[in-house]
Amino acid sequence: MLEFRKDLFADERDDNLNVIGKGEQRQDMLGHVTGRTRFFDDHGFDGLLHLKVVRSPHHHARIRSIDVTAAERAPGVKRVIRGQDVPLNKNTLLSLIDFGKDDEPTLAVDKVRYKGEPIVAIIADSEAEALAAVKLVRVSYDPLPTVFDVQEALKPGAVVVNETYPGNYFEYHDKYDHQKLRFGDVEAAFRTADHVLEERYQMSPIEHASTETNGTIAAPETNNRYVVHSCAQGLFFSLGTTAKILALESNRLHFIGGTVGGGFGGKVDSLTEPLAVLGAILTGRPVRYVLGREEEMQFASPRGAERHVIKDGVMRDGRIVARQITSYFDAGAYTRLTSYGVVKCVAHMPGPYTIPNVRGDAYCVFTNRVPATAMRGFGVTGVDFSIEVQMDKLAHLVGIDPMEFRILNAYRDGDMKAHRRVAHNTALIECVQVVAEKVNWPLSETARRASSLSGGGGPRAAIPPTVTDESGRIGRPETRQAPPQLTPGAAPLPAHQPRPAVPVYQPPPAHQPAAALPNYPAQPADAAPLPAPAPPVPNAPAPPQHGAARFSSVFTRRR
Amino acid sequence: MARMPVQFRLNGSDRAVFVEPAETLLGTIRRGLGDFAPKFGCGQGTCGVCTVLVDGEPRLGCLTLSVTCEGRSIETASGLADGPTLHPLQAAFMEHFAAQCGFCTPGMLMAAKALLDRNPNPTRVEVVEAIAGNVCRCTGYEPIINAILAAAQQRGARRA
Amino acid sequence: MPVNVRIVQGLQEAAGILASDRGAQLLGGGTLLVRDINEGVMTEGTLLRAVDPVLLAMNTGGARVELGAGVTMAMVLASRDLPYLHAAARGIGGPAVRTTATIGGNLFAATPYGDFTTALLALDAVVTLHAGFGGARVMPLVEMLANRARGGVGLVASVGFSRPAGADAFRFVKVARVRPKGVSVLSIAAHLPQNGGRISGARIAYGAMGPTPLRAKAVERVLEGRTLDAATIAAAKSAALEGTQPATDAIASEWYRREVLPVHLGRLLAGETS
Ligand SMILES: Cc1cc2nc3c(=O)[nH]c(=O)nc-3n(C[C@H](O)[C@H](O)[C@H](O)COP(=O)(O)OP(=O)(O)OC[C@H]3O[C@@H](n4cnc5c(N)ncnc54)[C@H](O)[C@@H]3O)c2cc1C
Ligand code: FES
Ligand code: FES
Repeated sequence: MLEFRKDLFADERDDNLNVIGKGEQRQDMLGHVTGRTRFFDDHGFDGLLHLKVVRSPHHHARIRSIDVTAAERAPGVKRVIRGQDVPLNKNTLLSLIDFGKDDEPTLAVDKVRYKGEPIVAIIADSEAEALAAVKLVRVSYDPLPTVFDVQEALKPGAVVVNETYPGNYFEYHDKYDHQKLRFGDVEAAFRTADHVLEERYQMSPIEHASTETNGTIAAPETNNRYVVHSCAQGLFFSLGTTAKILALESNRLHFIGGTVGGGFGGKVDSLTEPLAVLGAILTGRPVRYVLGREEEMQFASPRGAERHVIKDGVMRDGRIVARQITSYFDAGAYTRLTSYGVVKCVAHMPGPYTIPNVRGDAYCVFTNRVPATAMRGFGVTGVDFSIEVQMDKLAHLVGIDPMEFRILNAYRDGDMKAHRRVAHNTALIECVQVVAEKVNWPLSETARRASSLSGGGGPRAAIPPTVTDESGRIGRPETRQAPPQLTPGAAPLPAHQPRPAVPVYQPPPAHQPAAALPNYPAQPADAAPLPAPAPPVPNAPAPPQHGAARFSSVFTRRR
Repeated sequence: MARMPVQFRLNGSDRAVFVEPAETLLGTIRRGLGDFAPKFGCGQGTCGVCTVLVDGEPRLGCLTLSVTCEGRSIETASGLADGPTLHPLQAAFMEHFAAQCGFCTPGMLMAAKALLDRNPNPTRVEVVEAIAGNVCRCTGYEPIINAILAAAQQRGARRA
Repeated sequence: MPVNVRIVQGLQEAAGILASDRGAQLLGGGTLLVRDINEGVMTEGTLLRAVDPVLLAMNTGGARVELGAGVTMAMVLASRDLPYLHAAARGIGGPAVRTTATIGGNLFAATPYGDFTTALLALDAVVTLHAGFGGARVMPLVEMLANRARGGVGLVASVGFSRPAGADAFRFVKVARVRPKGVSVLSIAAHLPQNGGRISGARIAYGAMGPTPLRAKAVERVLEGRTLDAATIAAAKSAALEGTQPATDAIASEWYRREVLPVHLGRLLAGETS
């Protein structure tokens, strides 16, 4: 049951929050149960036309010729759209926020880069007629060699997937073939660590499989505008994308949406909006473009595959002293949103832990797969999963209870994160404590008394002297092994001073609560003996803080 | 291709419509007659969002040809409420948070109605079996199962 | 030309059209055919809707059972005379598929479908066929399935079989990875008539273990004349894979199907639930 633990951070908020734990009726529920909620496809139009696309049967091929004469003459066909009919037939979604280069055509012209890539659109009186005409389009191809593995794609001389990015990687900061994170000196820390553990984690692509497939209905409206019923999760993002691709002023597009039949990230790509609107422009009629289930599953963007290689240095007392992660995101054939997911991933590499030395390299890699996109916890889920599995392995390695291990390494308010943001509103310690309590998991006195509010900041707020490098310059794969340089750290630590240790690990009391805690699973028999107890560390009293101020820091100090 | 005339009863009203020979009942109800409650989710029979009742039996609108429905009585989620009064299933779905995006809801409600009309006192296993052909990607099935059981109970209480 | 639908009264007429028009197909419930139309796989041709009452006839009371090809899975489930077929019928899709899916269509459903056909195979069923303009003829289901693999079977009017010997003599299991409803990894049907404690005339059939549902003749031979004890079951399990030719698809790999078949066969013979 949902429970609002007001005892936690009680002085951190005004005591006027009274909704959590109570039933509240959703405003859209009545529409859902009466069948009155209108999704994009639930709008009637007289003279509605239907659009279907011809898709590539090859993962990678040069298009030699496209013959649409038979399709144009087929019964019911009103219009055939080709790449040259698209005003701006090259786009990248994040160009709207000035991130990345245009790299993806709406309809392929000279080359297809993934199986299922749209080449020709057919607009007909009925879906059946559009589907029949799709079969009449003759495309001849010269199949090209393919690349499906991210690390293969990064090798010099690999097949070039997407000529906009000839090295098969997204270009970060106009400078590097990957996104970097550098904090402290991992190499030095690995040398002094008691244990070093390196593991590889591989995530498969996942289809969102929302019950409503992607789709759009676009129709001419008054004043030379077009009304667009869209499934988009980001309606105005889709409007901007459509306006750009069709070279229209955005005020000529009247987007209606907001009811999405399941998105989970799979409806941010504007897969159908631009062609539906173009169809309405070219025919002067309402045009409906809806993906079939097979198209949705096979060719609509999934969560892409990820590979994370994590190397951690850990001390016998449980402190993680160094972490190095190399991540490969499979973007598929075009960028879509993967470049952005990679940046988010990098911010998550230390996880919710304070680690004094972190090095991350994350690649957004192009392969001949279906372009990937956002999905719940985009850029983060895969790396967080990998990190948490790694945390369990590390805890096992040093013989510390995994819950204790997390509390020990958890970030606390005021700590400097590896991407140079000061941690605020941290609550991992409290979360672990509550979980332990709920499942009757015994914690040591130290772990039970630990608090996110104390023990952080101070020396832990320092940016250590940091080793930087110029590895991975764009177009120069040989620089991937570039030599490191030292960059001085920042206050409050003088650059030469060693970083003070995080609180010393306190082992839990001997686990024998079987009678009181019947559900507690046995400790693994092969766990290494726990380190000798150290004298208790006095917990510094929490500095008096006013709650509202603490939470408002989200908006003031964070960006 | 010559269109074909079909007549059937939709949520209590007699309707006549011309259809393409191979047009699906889902297409006819939605685009032909303007009742957008049943949805399209797959066209393959695998998701159940198009579930309607034909002569009281659950059927997939996407796999049923309209020409086979001549003279039948068809019910959709639009016809569930009795005027402004919600059907017990609708009320229970609201109460138990049995919808999130709402896309599966009209089909889910009809699958549940088919069950309760035949078996007013189903077991949990029977409820699960009744909605086994209906996919929900958002809510998780527990609230839906609970809502259907609650609706059955409430109807039982009213009958008693 | 988009797909046309023709409504015909008699089976005879329908069979004639099927024989003369290669673009024509009989419409059963349409759970497979209409899917093909929706996905653009079938974009032309004719669907024949035969409204002959023979297709819906059910003769279930006596020792000899006759079911029209248009009988749906829901109709089988609603019949009190056919409890031995309920497991097979219930295994096919959710309730809204079962009100539509016909026995006739199941005879033609490509693997891994064909669970009901698997049950019919183990009942030694025969089919009544109309091919071309001639009259009807009766053919063992095994033979019809072999012809089906080669194409061009004609129209099935009904299926017939003898009611199984006793309540425990007929067993069916469908193995699926999604519960309560999922497409078959495989299915197994077993008819195990006993004579003085010994099996006599066993029929074992598999679904999804080959291009069509098939009989496990090697297992049948092992069982013949023996009591259903541990040794017999062990022998049956070691003969289980003979003659199978499973495919790899989205549901399971060929390897997996081979691995689990003997396990499930053993459980079915031992009367355990899978
Ligand atoms: C969601 C879903 C789940 C399913 N799960 C299963 C399952 O678990 N197991 C399983 O076996 N099947 C399953 N199916 C497949 C299918 O529904 C069944 O096999 C069903 O029995 C097919 O019958 P139908 O009447 O719908 O066939 P139709 O689509 O009408 O016809 C299929 C083919 O058979 C031919 N045909 C039909 N009747 C005759 C006849 N009398 N004579 C000659 N030819 C004929 C048709 O011309 C066509 O070629 C599933 C289908 C769906 C949509
Ligand atoms: S749309 Fe009919 S079952 Fe999915
Ligand atoms: S509520 Fe979204 S699919 Fe069920």
